[in-house]
Amino acid sequence: MAMVREPNSNSRNARVPRGVRVKGRGGVKTYDIIVIGAGHNGLTAAAYLARAGLDVVVLERNPYIGGATVSRELHPGFTYSNCSYVSSLMRPEIMRELELSKYGLQIIPYEGGVTMTRDGGYLASYNDHDMNRREIARHSARDAEAYDRFAIETARQCRFIKPYLMQTPPDPASFKWRDLKGMMDLGRAFYDLGEEAMYDTLRFWTMSCTDFLDQYFETEVVKAHKAGSSIIGTALGPSSPGSAYVLLHHYMGEVDGNIGAWGFARGGMGAISSALAQAFQAAGGEIRTDAGVAQVMVKGGKAVGVALEDGTEVRGRRVVSNMDVKRTFLKTVDPKDLPEDFLRQVRNFKIRGSSGKLNIALDGLPDFPSIPKDCPARQGDLHITDSIETMERAYDDWKDGMWSREPYLDMMIPTQLDPTMAPPGKHYMSVFVQYVPPKLADGPWTPEKRDAFGQTVIDAIAEYSPNFKDLILHVEVRTPKELEDEVGLTEGNIFQGELTLDQLMFNRPIPGYAQYRSPIRGLYMCGSSCHPGGGVMGAPGANAAREILLDVGGWR
Amino acid sequence: MTGRKDVIVVGGGHNGLVCAAYLARAGRRVLVLERNPQIGGAAVNKEIAPGFTVPACAHILHHLHPRVISELNLAGHGLSLAAKNLATIALGRDGRHLVLRGGEATPSLKDLSPADAAALPGFHARMSRFAEVLRPLLTEAPPRLHGMNRGDQWTLAKLAWRLRRLGRVEFREFLRVAAMNAADILEESFESDLLKGALAFDAVLGTSFGPRSPGSVFTLLYRLAGQVEGRSAALALPRGGMGAAVEAIAAAARAQGAEIRTEARVARILVEDDRAAGVELESGERIAAGTVVSNADPKATFLSLLGAEHLDTGFVRRITNLRMNGMAAKLHLVLDGLPSVPGLSAAELGERLVIAPGIDQLERAFNHTKYGEYSESPAMEVTIPSIVDPSLAPEGRHVLSAVVIYAPYHLKQGWEAARDTFAELAIDTLAAYAPDLPERIVARELVTPADLERDYGMTGGHWHHGDLALDQMLMLRPVPGASQYAAPLPGLYLCGAGSHPGGGIMGAAGFNAARRILGDGAA
Repeated sequence: MAMVREPNSNSRNARVPRGVRVKGRGGVKTYDIIVIGAGHNGLTAAAYLARAGLDVVVLERNPYIGGATVSRELHPGFTYSNCSYVSSLMRPEIMRELELSKYGLQIIPYEGGVTMTRDGGYLASYNDHDMNRREIARHSARDAEAYDRFAIETARQCRFIKPYLMQTPPDPASFKWRDLKGMMDLGRAFYDLGEEAMYDTLRFWTMSCTDFLDQYFETEVVKAHKAGSSIIGTALGPSSPGSAYVLLHHYMGEVDGNIGAWGFARGGMGAISSALAQAFQAAGGEIRTDAGVAQVMVKGGKAVGVALEDGTEVRGRRVVSNMDVKRTFLKTVDPKDLPEDFLRQVRNFKIRGSSGKLNIALDGLPDFPSIPKDCPARQGDLHITDSIETMERAYDDWKDGMWSREPYLDMMIPTQLDPTMAPPGKHYMSVFVQYVPPKLADGPWTPEKRDAFGQTVIDAIAEYSPNFKDLILHVEVRTPKELEDEVGLTEGNIFQGELTLDQLMFNRPIPGYAQYRSPIRGLYMCGSSCHPGGGVMGAPGANAAREILLDVGGWR
Repeated sequence: MTGRKDVIVVGGGHNGLVCAAYLARAGRRVLVLERNPQIGGAAVNKEIAPGFTVPACAHILHHLHPRVISELNLAGHGLSLAAKNLATIALGRDGRHLVLRGGEATPSLKDLSPADAAALPGFHARMSRFAEVLRPLLTEAPPRLHGMNRGDQWTLAKLAWRLRRLGRVEFREFLRVAAMNAADILEESFESDLLKGALAFDAVLGTSFGPRSPGSVFTLLYRLAGQVEGRSAALALPRGGMGAAVEAIAAAARAQGAEIRTEARVARILVEDDRAAGVELESGERIAAGTVVSNADPKATFLSLLGAEHLDTGFVRRITNLRMNGMAAKLHLVLDGLPSVPGLSAAELGERLVIAPGIDQLERAFNHTKYGEYSESPAMEVTIPSIVDPSLAPEGRHVLSAVVIYAPYHLKQGWEAARDTFAELAIDTLAAYAPDLPERIVARELVTPADLERDYGMTGGHWHHGDLALDQMLMLRPVPGASQYAAPLPGLYLCGAGSHPGGGIMGAAGFNAARRILGDGAA
């Protein structure tokens, strides 16, 4: 990461914030805050804390920062967004407050997407409602009418949930004023929806995506196109209750105020973590790479620092973990420092990975004959799964411990809009794959199985793109195992924990510990394991920072 | 028009009869109209061969509300139980079967897994505590969330109080598990496949869920909320078959002055001045009444009997989207002697036998329903009621009644084509545990969801008149706008399993509807 400066103590001393203190026994420096992991949430939390004047260090075990929000050159001349690949959910208030555009972040919006059908047809979607409506009308006039209803009702759900993304979930079992008030505010906002919408909201949170879509649409390809969002990253099928919410989770984002729109980060997703890192360092923060944390040090029930894998110790008054909840408490904290009941709940946290990814360097733009040349949605998400049944069967394979024989694919060629990612005339293609299990029924992942999985995906794409195979220059195949090994996500779950009702809001990650604090004083969580969950959103990081500042301010 | 009534109850199922009995007890002139020659709806007996009686649909009583039993004096009207607290025996392929009696760590469980034997009582106690929180809701109208009246506020306040009384830790746990899937919570708690399979079976029976479908813990809790003689989730067999239980309710209704007519098929609900005014029978006969209560399912009630033209578009859309495709078939066998299951005594054969060898098998069986297929290895709930109730079969002979899942209503090849193969599949599944069963079969019958729809008028052949799922429960059941038993049309009410709290021979929907009707001062 050339754009991130090396740790430099001068930048910290430049403004002498109140957090800068060099003291302690034997001259060992004690930071105000140690953040474990330089993922986008860790960097977001760190940036907010540094801007509040605290002395913050971020420790990253990889030689590069970003966690799963990275740009990497894995084939000469090509930049891969090799984990997360598109942006929409990043909260605009965070981008504004941390001045990310000043630090080089540009989001390039793209136009919708296309689902190709088996019979050579297609359905496109656009950011514009009327264009969408016309496109759906090409398949079914009734569905086009229903689309108006669908758009209004999903927008209503998004509006209802959105304010809670940047709020700490209230604890329904607590009698503290802030929790009672939080529950009351939630109740009032719910009540203000009006009777019909209240019931729709209750149903929305508990029903399956298939049932939700069946209320509106009759055409299979229309349903399939929409249902994709409900399974991405989950251990659910579109017909599993609760999957309607996951659909919404992917609708809540925006690009430049355009709700539900998605975009590419110019230069790959690493541009987001790079901008965050620069905002952080401008506020005096320090980043250390190749600094894997082996253990959180606890003294007298309070976190006092961390021990690195190389044996050095870093002291801090507070420790914030951007790692998922299992990695934090089962691998980095001594179990005797934690209550048994808490440990049991951490063990029971559901974090099954379900996604894989192919990153492909291409010699030219692949041809998809079913999509018209002038269709602007070619620049967006391309899908080849044209029925919900295919998705369900793909899910059944995952349940049986194998990768989907006919997987759901979300293909993107960002180089159509962002020429910085590949040499002229060549292209980078990101292929997100659902479903891939973290553990195979026939034993652990091996390089051979990984390649066989990659071949399944390539063959599936080639069925819709005759020249695709000939264009391939390099392929990186990522299964949940690679995600776990390289990024540190337990079981390769991209959301740091499944997005089911039992693990959302005040239940996330653990009931009673949804406010970014842990049973150990001074140890916090800021990753996607926390509310409001995964996606490159930054909200868990910002919320955690706010809670920490409350405690620093003497509230705790 | 023939003689005017205060209330007409459309359908003589057990809920319709309970509702009629309560209304008659309050002095209303009530007429129950049943389309079949026999009252009882899906809770009836059927003589499948001379001298052999089987429960035609529902076959185990585990929900009939104690309040209904005592207030209507059903014992005085002939209700008696042949078995009060059946054990559940999960059949194991290796002849090691698992006997379950509530949360008891039975010797067979200790033998199978000492760890599970240690864990089960705690698990059961916790689940029962959660079920306790829900139990009072069964006999209350689900509260409206907007424009609440005092009753709604009171219901919610009591619920909040019961939740709070769980204590902080358990309250949080309740909020977590309520929306979970059964497989996850069972895998958190137990190691034995047989135990997990049997408990998962209880969570999915009668639903359109697999054990890995979120929400299946809630249906398990719901099941535990039922009581027999004060015992939570106990399983009972009425003496004389399920039909006898319904006869007792009918007798109670008649004793209160209700009139019951069979073979009186209602063709439509009459509307005058924008309110329900009576019914017209298929014979053309019209009967006027101030109040019409429908024990038919919501789709049949609103779309067939009433007609969409009397309702708002939005409401009709909600009814149309109601999910009610049955997933269960019934297998009835006439046996010339008791089959032998290696590892089980003859007496144990009279308990409730469950074939659900594990969560994965059950989930795979469920997978097929998503594509309009049945599974090659179905799960089953088996009873041989003639063991405890000799009145059901000639001496020395027996009837076997089994619920077989999953048998989806929408079957690709259609049920007529699949009937025999599916019946044989079910028998083969049984024979894997009882090798001599096939040679003991004298007669057999398979009742498919399509048969249930045709014979009892249940849309989709769904015995709960609509999926029991979180998005179709409580104030969402059957649909918002009709969840408090009153339909959007004045004078029309619902009292069937399609309303809260749903199916099973519970009588609570009928009870709640009667209270609502009397509270409205209608009729």
